[in-house]
Amino acid sequence: MSKPSNMRRHFLLLLLLAFSGLATPAKAAEPLVADLSNHLIAITTGFTGAQVLLFGATDGPGDVVVVVRGPTGRAVVRRKDRVFGIWINSAGRDFAEVPNFYAVASSRPLELMLGQETAQHYGIGLANLNIRPVSETSAASTDMLQALTRIKIDELLYQPSAGKVIFLGDRLFRVDFHFPANVPTGSYLVEVLLIRDGQIASAQTTPLVVSKIGVGADIFEFAHRHAAAYGIISIIIALLAGWAAHLAFRRT
Amino acid sequence: MQIYLPIAELSVNIFLLLGIGGGVGFLSGLFGVGGGFLMTPLLIFIGVPPAVAVATQSNQVVASSVSGVLAHWSRDNVDFKMGFVLLAGGVLGSTVGVGLFSLLSHFGQVDLVISLFYVFFLGFIGLLMFWESTRTILRTRRRGPQLKKLHEHNWVHGLPLKMRFRKSRLYISALMPAGIGFFVGILSAIMGVGGAFIMVPAMIYLLGMPTSIVVGTSLFQIIFVAANVTFLQAVQNQTVDLTLALALTVGGVIGAQIGGRLGAKLPGEQLRVLLAALILFVAIRLAWELGTRPAELYSVMWLAPPG
Repeated sequence: MSKPSNMRRHFLLLLLLAFSGLATPAKAAEPLVADLSNHLIAITTGFTGAQVLLFGATDGPGDVVVVVRGPTGRAVVRRKDRVFGIWINSAGRDFAEVPNFYAVASSRPLELMLGQETAQHYGIGLANLNIRPVSETSAASTDMLQALTRIKIDELLYQPSAGKVIFLGDRLFRVDFHFPANVPTGSYLVEVLLIRDGQIASAQTTPLVVSKIGVGADIFEFAHRHAAAYGIISIIIALLAGWAAHLAFRRT
Repeated sequence: MQIYLPIAELSVNIFLLLGIGGGVGFLSGLFGVGGGFLMTPLLIFIGVPPAVAVATQSNQVVASSVSGVLAHWSRDNVDFKMGFVLLAGGVLGSTVGVGLFSLLSHFGQVDLVISLFYVFFLGFIGLLMFWESTRTILRTRRRGPQLKKLHEHNWVHGLPLKMRFRKSRLYISALMPAGIGFFVGILSAIMGVGGAFIMVPAMIYLLGMPTSIVVGTSLFQIIFVAANVTFLQAVQNQTVDLTLALALTVGGVIGAQIGGRLGAKLPGEQLRVLLAALILFVAIRLAWELGTRPAELYSVMWLAPPG
């Protein structure tokens, strides 16, 4: 991202430092406070991806896990097979509760600080997502599910180790999340968990909205809401463009 | 400079799009073809979803056909009556084609069918052109140019609903051009092309139209068929990307002018051999891709998008 926003981020951190230094000793604070540098990722015409800083403070030592979840939907995974010498989509399987974005960052490797049961219960880590096959479970659907996560990881939409939560001292922490240019729109949820002795000691959630903004968003909105008008306008623009081209090059 | 394509949901360098538009426009001006058959595979290659590539390409075809037909009209090279009969079939065919397209995307087979159509039709037309034009070149070298018959009488002339097309100097059944229009309309919708590469040979060899008015008339009916495809794709699949279409049109218009000027200076038959080679190259490339094991065997598609 650009310089000014970096400066703003540092400024926020400084503010937080000052704030926590003054306020924590005064009264028994929340065990965990955290916030994002930005609650809106705006997909504008020149969008090439975004970076969002999560920062916060704890009331003492412990591990921090941050989970970013996008909204879930139903997806179909298809497998290509060779038929008469060409590769075509054959078997397909439907999955429900598929998040369109999922990222986890932690201060230490997950398996070192969280029990398997807790991780499963709270859906922390790729293996513990709630994605389930719509029809029966079988060996084939396990392959399909693996393929699904592999593809999403390749597209940078699933980030099983999105970054390391860095502690500044033993109370302040921060972590950067990278959202690629193909980040899907929707209302995301960011969960910040404080882990002590393998258990979740405290948790906080904060929303994050990924939204198209500006001309691109208007075009998308219009194309979906007024599809017929959009089609007609597209044709008229094309007709005018063709006519303009004819006029421009007729004389020369 | 990156530009976000709102419907394709993709960030692409604007100069890449202008370059693709310009390059394809140049070739289309040079060879006198629409160039849709090159544009669609290129768009898919840079990551535009096939459904968006095909639908958007139809919109761009509208623009390039308008500027083309205006040029032909000013030289009085358009048979409007023939054009209307062709487009009656074409509008019907493209409507069926867009319906087929929606059905195929539902079953996850649209990419395959697009590729198969490309391989089959480009391969067929490419071979035919290659054979025809090399033979003409060789014959011209040996004996010099020959006189041809105006057109030949065949089974086409036995069909009912006969109609007189003055400009084309034809008295044939309206079913024949309407049928050709219908067939090319289906191809237009599925391949995102104008379909001139099928239409033009069909008009010359099947209908027996004079070559001089074939291109203008074909362009005239393509405007309507491509507009119909654009409209239906926008309504049924929401896959027309206006931003992408505009970028391609700007590049395409400029490229076509340069290509057209160069094309006028080069000998026709040699150009046709080059075009045939180009068509065959695209067909072979696509066939090769169909036959090689993909790096990723699996694919994911949303049934109910999150939101």
